[in-house]
Amino acid sequence: MKVSIKYFASIREAIGQGGELRETSASTLAALRDELLAASPAHAASLARGKAVRMAVNQVMSDESAHLREGCEVAFFPPVTGG
Amino acid sequence: MTTRVTIQTRDFNLAEEIDALRKDDRRVGAVCTFTGTVRDRNDGASVSSMELEHYPGMTEKAIEAMIDQAFARFDIFAARVIHRVGLLLPLDQVVMVAVTSAHRGESFRACEFLMDYLKTQAPFWKKEQTPDGARWVDARVGDDAALSRWGIDAGNA
Repeated sequence: MKVSIKYFASIREAIGQGGELRETSASTLAALRDELLAASPAHAASLARGKAVRMAVNQVMSDESAHLREGCEVAFFPPVTGG
Repeated sequence: MTTRVTIQTRDFNLAEEIDALRKDDRRVGAVCTFTGTVRDRNDGASVSSMELEHYPGMTEKAIEAMIDQAFARFDIFAARVIHRVGLLLPLDQVVMVAVTSAHRGESFRACEFLMDYLKTQAPFWKKEQTPDGARWVDARVGDDAALSRWGIDAGNA
């Protein structure tokens, strides 16, 4: 299935793009993160577990147990700092 | 329904927003607002400007959900949130929250609740220019603690 991935702030800068369309068999956010960790050294460095990475599925804050579906929008970003 | 959440690059006028929020609502006896502005110092460094990035779509959705929560928790009549993005300078206004209610307690609490929520759950990121170059602002543990007072686990910083 296809998922749309978005990156923001320091993660967007480290990976060098604001997002990517990806063909994946990952059914959970955890599995997709595993795939992305293997995608490039920049992905591996910025999405490493133990780093402060927050995630959203279809624009709702989610944890790694979240399920993915065809066409969903997944986002990875650092802790938020608005206000 | 009138717009409750606006993300914009341009400045806002607090007085106009309060007028619009109160309109002809004769039940209103209290209006509480919070305005956040850009400081010229942060974490021991001087700040010459700040770039605010956000996640279009999710930002509006997240803040709408916070306002729903505020209505569920507090006896308020109306709420409005405006947050600026893009390049901002010291003294600039960044964010405003305005709430109306019959008595002050409810709008004071709702205003603080909305800001505590926004600080840790709305997808904004600040990058500031300092004499040593640009740096992303770190999330504060204290902001998570502020939200936990309302019984909500922020899990941000």
